[in-house]
Amino acid sequence: MESPAVEIVDLVKRYGGRTAVDGLTLSAGRGAVTAVLGPNGAGKTSTVEICEGFRKADAGTVRVLGLAPTLPELRPRVGVMLQSGGVPPAMRCAEWLRLVSRFYAHPLDSGALLARLGLADHVRTPYRRLSGGQQQRLSLAAAVVGRPELVFLDEPTAGLDPQARHACWDLVGELRGSGVSVVLTTHHMDEAERLADHVVIIDRGRVVAEGSPASLTGAERQLRFRARPGLALEELLNALPAGSAAKESPAGHYIIEGQVGPELLATVTAWCAAEGVTADDLRIERRTLEDVFLELTGRELR
Amino acid sequence: MTALDFTPAPGAAPFPRMVLAQAGAEIRAMLRNGEQLLLTMIIPVLLLAGFSLAPLVDVGGGTRVDFLVPGVLALAVMSTAFTGQAIATGFERRYGVLKRLGATPLSRAGLMLAKTSAVVAVEIIQAAVIVAVGLALGWRPHGSFLSAALLIVLGTAAFSGLGLLMAGTLRAEATLAGANLVYLVLLGAGGVVFPLSKFPQGVRPVLDALPISALTSGLRAVLAHGAALPLGPLAVLAAWAALSLGLVSRTFRWE
Repeated sequence: MESPAVEIVDLVKRYGGRTAVDGLTLSAGRGAVTAVLGPNGAGKTSTVEICEGFRKADAGTVRVLGLAPTLPELRPRVGVMLQSGGVPPAMRCAEWLRLVSRFYAHPLDSGALLARLGLADHVRTPYRRLSGGQQQRLSLAAAVVGRPELVFLDEPTAGLDPQARHACWDLVGELRGSGVSVVLTTHHMDEAERLADHVVIIDRGRVVAEGSPASLTGAERQLRFRARPGLALEELLNALPAGSAAKESPAGHYIIEGQVGPELLATVTAWCAAEGVTADDLRIERRTLEDVFLELTGRELR
Repeated sequence: MTALDFTPAPGAAPFPRMVLAQAGAEIRAMLRNGEQLLLTMIIPVLLLAGFSLAPLVDVGGGTRVDFLVPGVLALAVMSTAFTGQAIATGFERRYGVLKRLGATPLSRAGLMLAKTSAVVAVEIIQAAVIVAVGLALGWRPHGSFLSAALLIVLGTAAFSGLGLLMAGTLRAEATLAGANLVYLVLLGAGGVVFPLSKFPQGVRPVLDALPISALTSGLRAVLAHGAALPLGPLAVLAAWAALSLGLVSRTFRWE
């Protein structure tokens, strides 16, 4: 059987006394987009940089395309986009991509790739004069120019304007359509929901949940609002139809699940009015990955 | 617009093509950088022309230009192999360029080979300019070309080792300051334009052991006095090269 694109078991990484990755286990399938979602400092970059062969694990096993991550034979097969930098500041945009392309046997046409990513007008611009978003796109181009089997993208859309973000998302979709395995890190839940076949939510160096975006968020809708902490939810539940559920997580954030419709909405707002409570940010929606993260960790994703 | 086919087709380019591509990029970067050109081309040529034409230093016998060309050639080697390479590599490390290149099929050995090739290529351009200016100023070369080339190769190895030692261990800013300071000190105390015989006898053994002094006196012995193979300077340069490159292989940090 073909090995997964990435297989990580019980990975531990420490920096001095600080544990950045704390027994992390995950698997990224071939030909799929896997999103590693978590807040800053969750251990995303450490994990990815161990997979890229830049750092050594303190414990656990990591296999990339079935091989130890530092093996030289992986270099042509794996494309890498660092979170930042990696390009000489004086190097011109097209010059850098052409240079990187010449390290590979069957590279993409660097001019066409730059055009595809909206950089055609900047081929002669030195890297340091590109905007942050343009620098990101150049790094993305360099990650895919060698036609790799697997691409690691560390926060590929950080600092991008909405248009450039969509260009990046389209490219990731196209990579997936061509059979390239993609592992990306992000702290944008919309990015993970939109791009990923498989989402791994990590916090404090551990996996707290994983699955497809739909399986993580569930199909049911919920009513959510914010109000002062400590409302007497048992009373509210008495007023709601049987089978409803109400919870406060974290303090001041209320979630009502059940037959979410006009009747339930009316009951909740009436109850709040009777209690003298102002319900802020009242909305009906499907759960998002952000909600899942908040519920699992009690903290905001960003 | 050309259609892009992202279907995986991984593979490394042939090793020579990778090294040539990287060496070409390094040469363009060196020739494009104004401060580097000042260091590698303009200062050596100004020193050569200025001190040849004006009687500012007593070179002790022989013509001034015959004394100066070997010294300035040595300075050119030091400026490219040591100062320029240390600063450029230090900042490449700082900007994550070395790290990013480590994720490509270009191996670290390939990267080092490319850097060395680029240094040698720039040295050839420097030597051509210095020799042309020297000849125009009346320089009359002696000695064996091969002996001079061997000195320059060993000098390049020694200075590259020292430059990479700084670049691979210090912060980029410290490398920038340190490499410029060392350049100035060695320019003054290494027999480039001021003869070593003018320094007090007590410090001579120290000065003679410097890589720049070994290169200036070796080149001068060959090019000004027609010596066959100056073994002393060659031994000093070989020792510096072995010591510094040995330390580099143990201490160099890529990130």
